[in-house]
Amino acid sequence: MSAPLLQVQDLEAGYGAIVALHGISLTVNAGEIVTIIGANGAGKSTTLNAVCGVVRARRGTVTFDGRDLTRVPAHEVVRLGLAQSPEGRKIFPRLTVLENLEMGAFTRRDAAGVKADIAKYYAMFPILEKRKHQPGGLLSGGEQQMLAIARALMSRPKLLLLDEPSLGLAPQIVVQIFDIIRELNKQGMSVLLVEQNARMALKVAHRGYVLETGRITFTDKADVLLNDDRIRAAYLGEEGH
Amino acid sequence: MFELFAQADATAAGFGQYLLLGLVLGSLYALIALGYTMVYGIIELINFAHGDLFMLGTFFALGAATAVGATTADAGTGTIVLGLALMLVGTPLFCAGLNVATDRAIYKPLRRSPKLTVIVSAIGVSFIFMNLGLFWRGATPVKFPDLIPDTNLLGGAGSVRFTLKDAMVLGVTVPVMIALTVFVKLTPLGKAMRATAQNPTAAVLMGINVDRVIAVTFAIGGALAGVASVVYGLYIKSADYQMGFQNGLYAFTAAVLGGIGNIPGAVLGGLVIGVVGELGKAYLGAKWSEALIFGILIVILLFRPTGLLGARTREKV
Repeated sequence: MSAPLLQVQDLEAGYGAIVALHGISLTVNAGEIVTIIGANGAGKSTTLNAVCGVVRARRGTVTFDGRDLTRVPAHEVVRLGLAQSPEGRKIFPRLTVLENLEMGAFTRRDAAGVKADIAKYYAMFPILEKRKHQPGGLLSGGEQQMLAIARALMSRPKLLLLDEPSLGLAPQIVVQIFDIIRELNKQGMSVLLVEQNARMALKVAHRGYVLETGRITFTDKADVLLNDDRIRAAYLGEEGH
Repeated sequence: MFELFAQADATAAGFGQYLLLGLVLGSLYALIALGYTMVYGIIELINFAHGDLFMLGTFFALGAATAVGATTADAGTGTIVLGLALMLVGTPLFCAGLNVATDRAIYKPLRRSPKLTVIVSAIGVSFIFMNLGLFWRGATPVKFPDLIPDTNLLGGAGSVRFTLKDAMVLGVTVPVMIALTVFVKLTPLGKAMRATAQNPTAAVLMGINVDRVIAVTFAIGGALAGVASVVYGLYIKSADYQMGFQNGLYAFTAAVLGGIGNIPGAVLGGLVIGVVGELGKAYLGAKWSEALIFGILIVILLFRPTGLLGARTREKV
């Protein structure tokens, strides 16, 4: 079997005196959707930010597509094929929808390709085309989430990192977002998905990791986790059998 | 006899004259205000040294003009053109370089420190610049070469005078402001600057080198102050080491009035302050001018705390 697309080994990271990750290891293979589930404050966002270099790893390695990322400056990571739709979406509020998409392609120099990709994501998210000249800050939460995903895709990543894409959205919008994730994966996109909505995440993912206070406590195929009594009790709001 | 208010020329032409003077001075405040507002927009630093950078720029321009012998209007057209060209190219480069160097040496190491730490160090840099100016050119005001004649471009006695000097100020400041607007609005680097100002973390995720964007911001802000210092010197024909304080304060006020961090706001704020200041001086007297400017600032901020054009859209969380 070929080497995983993303390999995180013994990763430790934190903020100041606080250690948020106590040496976690995980892998994402090409073509997979892998999810990290866990409670608020478990270290899910820190994991993604440490992979991207926004938070510096104190120990351990992050290998992406055969390259060690731990010494790569955060702004160089996207060039290597890793894009993130961040927690809270972080849309540029006073840039238009179109300008937000253009920022997603900031590292690209192929103007024609960028234009074609904008058309492609307008087709995938028709509401973005309808609102292309509106400031991003005026979109609804669901529209902003679609924009954040499309903006991340504009860099033509090999791996898409999604941080809490369902956060604060109405249930029918959440379903729509997860359909999009499934569709992107069908087209070949590898996805690392961080979610508090464990049920939705495990339904869409191939494999899952459970993160508890900075440590990975379970990992298995997503359908196995979905049927595990401990996971059901702790994360899916159900009583064990 | 003590007069409470000034005796102004109450004719329409008189009003037009004061308005014109206000717009000319206001366009200079606007150029300086842009440097405050752009740096604030990116790193939330009130760069108190910016006015003093403008002062050092005027001294540099004076040195450049003197070096090529462009010291009076009779120096010969070739010499004057050379002097003007040298000033208008060299001074923005000098101010941009000094501004970027100051950021690298002083503000950048403090990037993760509390905001107040950086602001206090900016006040320190302001004093260092002022003392450099004192050391460079002494304590008494120095004459700045009067290279542009006061030829009236509008004919007729009794009507508004619009001189070649007025035209020079507007002819430099207006295109510079338009160029800046186009740059920030349309170029990839300009968009990267706006993106960084709006969300630095997301900007990094897009592949934007935030350190480079900050350096470019200091360079552009410095260059604008450099342009303003040349035009100001040619217009006012005098320079002294304290000139950065008052002009810097007016420009900073203009930036706040327009909405700090907002580029069109800084231009609008500069023009408002220039016009209000001159009309106030004319119709109320010079002693009222500053009270009027800051009074209006307070009233506007009471009703619009974000300034005239500040934060028109809010981020949804």
